[in-house]
Amino acid sequence: MSQVAEMRAGAAVEPAETPLTPESWGKLGMWIFLAGDAVGFGVLLASYGVMRATSFDWPNPYHVLGINLTAFMTFLLICSSVTMVKALESLGAGDRSRAQLFLLLTALGGATFVSLQAYEWTHLIERGMRIGGNPWGATLFGTSFFMVTGFHGLHVTAGVVYLLSVLGAVSRQADVRAKYNMVEITGLYWHFVDLVWIMVFTFMYLI
Amino acid sequence: MAQTATHAHPSYMAIFWWLAVLTVLELAVLFTGLPKVVVVILLCSLALAKASLVAMYFMHLRFETRTLGLVALTPLTIGTLLVLLLVWDGNPLGHRSPTAPAVEAPAAQH
Repeated sequence: MSQVAEMRAGAAVEPAETPLTPESWGKLGMWIFLAGDAVGFGVLLASYGVMRATSFDWPNPYHVLGINLTAFMTFLLICSSVTMVKALESLGAGDRSRAQLFLLLTALGGATFVSLQAYEWTHLIERGMRIGGNPWGATLFGTSFFMVTGFHGLHVTAGVVYLLSVLGAVSRQADVRAKYNMVEITGLYWHFVDLVWIMVFTFMYLI
Repeated sequence: MAQTATHAHPSYMAIFWWLAVLTVLELAVLFTGLPKVVVVILLCSLALAKASLVAMYFMHLRFETRTLGLVALTPLTIGTLLVLLLVWDGNPLGHRSPTAPAVEAPAAQH
């Protein structure tokens, strides 16, 4: 009888541990997903860099986009990463209420980030920025801006939904320590979103 | 499986302050008046330093196996190769938007 068949038959066969992440297969799965997702963002940013380097009339993003709001958004995401690790730390200590509070604060940080991004987009669209053109120069400036920040914003939105569902799972679980692994995997995703924004902020707003 | 295994970890607040200081440095670099190439190199270095802090300490990569670190580094390697290849391939194809104002041709040399 195969190993899978034995498991299905109810035999006490412990699934093999992954040597890379002994805590769980889910964690390895998330790392592989993030590596693939990072390639997606890498392709977008690499394409942006090449389009910009080969354009004669690329606008100066610092002058067109402004950085006051986005610098604050960057700070906000860094803060939300801290609340995420604090949630994990609290869960490890078995403190359910603190873990719930920090998870909620993380989700709120993400929701605020997306709201500010919507405000920024609205402001830029009112000034004439479109996917297919803008008043300041290279057409692809608007295309790449909306594509990259939109793709990232979509990740933040998904992250907020993910965080809220994990918050629900932590609230329902009798022994909160049993959800440590789940929250750690969620944290990997959330920190990745923060990490990507660090690169997007530098490449699309500052340089 | 060890579902509740916890990590040794550094002071998260120390990492937070490092990230905040590096972000302020990024903004300060913009106003230094240094040549563009130097500013770009400094900004890229600061961004990589911040990203490394997040990956190593918030994502606990510092405490994971070496192979998992290689899995995480793969996208960076692919991205760098892609930039090099695209820049090499795209540089001769400098483009201008159809709506951009025309640049005056340089005066003919006699």
